[in-house]
Amino acid sequence: MPLLELRGVNTHYGAVHILKDVDLAIYPGELVCLLGGNASGKSTTLKTLLGMVTPTTGDVVLDGEIVTHQSTSYRVERGVTMVPENRRLFKRLSVKENLELGAYLRSDREGIANDMERIFELFPRVKERMNQKSGTLSGGEQQMVALGRALMSDPRVLLMDEPSMGLAPALVQANFELIQQIHEEGVAIFMVEQNANMALSIADRGWVLQTGKVVLDDSAEALLANPELRASYLGESDNR
Amino acid sequence: MTATSDNLSMLEAPGINWRRQIRFALVGGLSSAFIALAGMPVGLDGRNIIRPILSMGYLALLWVPFVFASLAGSVVILEGMTERERDAKDLAAGALVGLGSSSGLILLMILIQNFNLRDPLVNWSPQLLNLLSFDRSIGLGMLLWLILGTTLGLLGGAMHVVPGKVRSRILAVALAVFAVSVLETFLTDLLEGFGLEVLTDFVYYKRGGLEVLGAVVVAALTLMIPLMVGSKIKDIKTRVVEMPNEERRRVNLLLLTVCAALMLVLPFFLGKITNELLANVGLFVLLALGLNIVVGLAGILDLGYVAFFAVGGYTTAVLTSPNSPGFSPELPWPVALIVVVVLTGIVGLFIGAPVIRMRGDYLAIVTLGFGEIIRLLFLSDWLSGWFGGAQGITNIPGVDVGIGTVKGTDPRSVFLLVLVFCAIAIYVSWRLEHSRLGRAWMAIREDEDVAEAMGVNTTNTKLMAFVVGAVLASFSGAIFSAKVGSIFPTSFLMLVSIIILVVVIVGGMGNIVGVIVGALVLIGVLGGPKQPGLLQEFSQFKLLIYGALLVWMMLKRPEGLVPNVRRTRELHQEEFLQDAWLKGEIDTDDHEDSP
Repeated sequence: MPLLELRGVNTHYGAVHILKDVDLAIYPGELVCLLGGNASGKSTTLKTLLGMVTPTTGDVVLDGEIVTHQSTSYRVERGVTMVPENRRLFKRLSVKENLELGAYLRSDREGIANDMERIFELFPRVKERMNQKSGTLSGGEQQMVALGRALMSDPRVLLMDEPSMGLAPALVQANFELIQQIHEEGVAIFMVEQNANMALSIADRGWVLQTGKVVLDDSAEALLANPELRASYLGESDNR
Repeated sequence: MTATSDNLSMLEAPGINWRRQIRFALVGGLSSAFIALAGMPVGLDGRNIIRPILSMGYLALLWVPFVFASLAGSVVILEGMTERERDAKDLAAGALVGLGSSSGLILLMILIQNFNLRDPLVNWSPQLLNLLSFDRSIGLGMLLWLILGTTLGLLGGAMHVVPGKVRSRILAVALAVFAVSVLETFLTDLLEGFGLEVLTDFVYYKRGGLEVLGAVVVAALTLMIPLMVGSKIKDIKTRVVEMPNEERRRVNLLLLTVCAALMLVLPFFLGKITNELLANVGLFVLLALGLNIVVGLAGILDLGYVAFFAVGGYTTAVLTSPNSPGFSPELPWPVALIVVVVLTGIVGLFIGAPVIRMRGDYLAIVTLGFGEIIRLLFLSDWLSGWFGGAQGITNIPGVDVGIGTVKGTDPRSVFLLVLVFCAIAIYVSWRLEHSRLGRAWMAIREDEDVAEAMGVNTTNTKLMAFVVGAVLASFSGAIFSAKVGSIFPTSFLMLVSIIILVVVIVGGMGNIVGVIVGALVLIGVLGGPKQPGLLQEFSQFKLLIYGALLVWMMLKRPEGLVPNVRRTRELHQEEFLQDAWLKGEIDTDDHEDSP
């Protein structure tokens, strides 16, 4: 059974039709990516999954339960978490406070403390900067905190909005390694990316979204080999 | 991009920037003329600072050359820079700025003498000219200003030439003399309470201001006290800092208890005027603490906060006054307070519900509207059967607390009551700030979308901020109502919202101590919207000074008077990082920084 699913979702912003009959399913523990150019509806898909946008028709299904009209916090509580585009830490709060906010809906103090330790193990740098304002960290460190903050909610699926956006080229590689590492711990990852080459190299499956429609739905290898896709996306991203 | 960072360490602080000096001289001149035309010198001449040599009116002009000269000469020493050796050129630069500042006045004197612009500029008057010429001939006055401006500018420039220790001593003396003079009402009152009139009679002139001898004594004390106890205080400080957490907490708690006890005893040693003044400050502390939660913690810019103060005040009036025109249950104040709190909370919900769906500028404008709507409702003929319209509600009884009645004619009791509620508000604010709710507020303040993505129910959380803020304001309104004994719509003008906001900003947003200090300085010294402060003569310039202070704070000290340690660091660090980035000195994405 899929962990998180969109079933025939149509989304409008005002009168503008953004998502058109989008179907996609994320299974437990897999790493999938959604590709697409600007204004193709990638971020809207992600917001729809998390409940920050409500679809006009169609359903969002979490663990077999229809959650289309449930709040974001309802979904976060059940293991869906987002790592926002450009990291967007709470800049004037300390690293520790950022992590604590990640665990905002949890009340098991012990579990929270354990997860905090786990994140410090994963990112020793974050522990060193624990009491520093997160806005003063470097780009790479901020990325770690953003990931750590998301992990603090003890997620089953992590929705990542353009994880490599705004990172220096050298960091992009390291960042994807981190994502893989988190994935190996059993967390499903749904990644929205423009950097198609890099994303597909670590993903299991992927979709390509074009003006709000899913035009390709295939395994990562097949997508990488798809000549159409190579021409329209990968050609561009080779230069990145 | 990183090449420049290597030679950064060899930089010497830049030399005198003459363009900057000239700019300051011009701005100084304009400021002097502006202050003169705003009417400060004439309006404040009646108040002595040091009799007979310095009145507040002259001080309003004399600080300009000194302060501008020393500001013009100050250089920010960045990391890796060495301080430049200062020399006579710095004195000359100071003198130039001082001269520029007083030239503004000299020019103004010539203009006043030859043209009549009294029609648009009410202060374009012979009195001003008289004052500017020191009641002597105009030529002599000009010459005096030339000398005074240059000398004061020279001194301002000299502030950078003398060693730092001397500079801080001089500033301390100047501030102490000024403060002792300004705080005259308060200090006389306090010392009389202890039966020490002898002291005040000696230091102060009987019609206001310090005696010359008194000023000398204050100056001497300011110089001596740090010599005697300065090192000891430092010792104690370092010892406390080095203490283990547990013990330090105990010391802090002890300090807090002592402070609280002192505050409770203080009213009994103060006279009517001072108690009244402090009670007013307390009412604003309550309001500012409430607004601090809304603006400082949750980041919701509420410009109509006075609405909740009004609802609290009016509800109390209706419930307790026998003169309430519509419904008049004549409840005792404590019972009424419970209704007030509940009702204001509900009003907070009703106003908050539509408002918090908006963000930023729109939210601010809509709250501004709601603030006015509430006042206009109380003023309206439609509801005058309930609230008395422009006639308001009178004959509001005091608060019966068993051992006596708290009412406006007994300011001491009001101050004590206010103190109790301030203590409650401080405790609530402090606990909330460190709670899960407080963290959610701060997350919303930082980034509402991400807070929502983390699972914070942003609607409810923001509503909570609105409601808590409303309840704190209603305390203030309830006490205000009982204190004044009557209530009118004119007590709840938009200006009140603005002033509370200024108190919060000037004190330091999101910072409890800052808010209290802000209220003490602004309401206590300058005065509130209708309440006079220690500087009663200032009341007509209050808004001008508020505005100037606000602009200056936003430019130079965005963290407020009493900065939150964390906010200061981050605000200035951000600035530093931005500057460095603009100059291409750092690479924000630091490549070698891979995890």
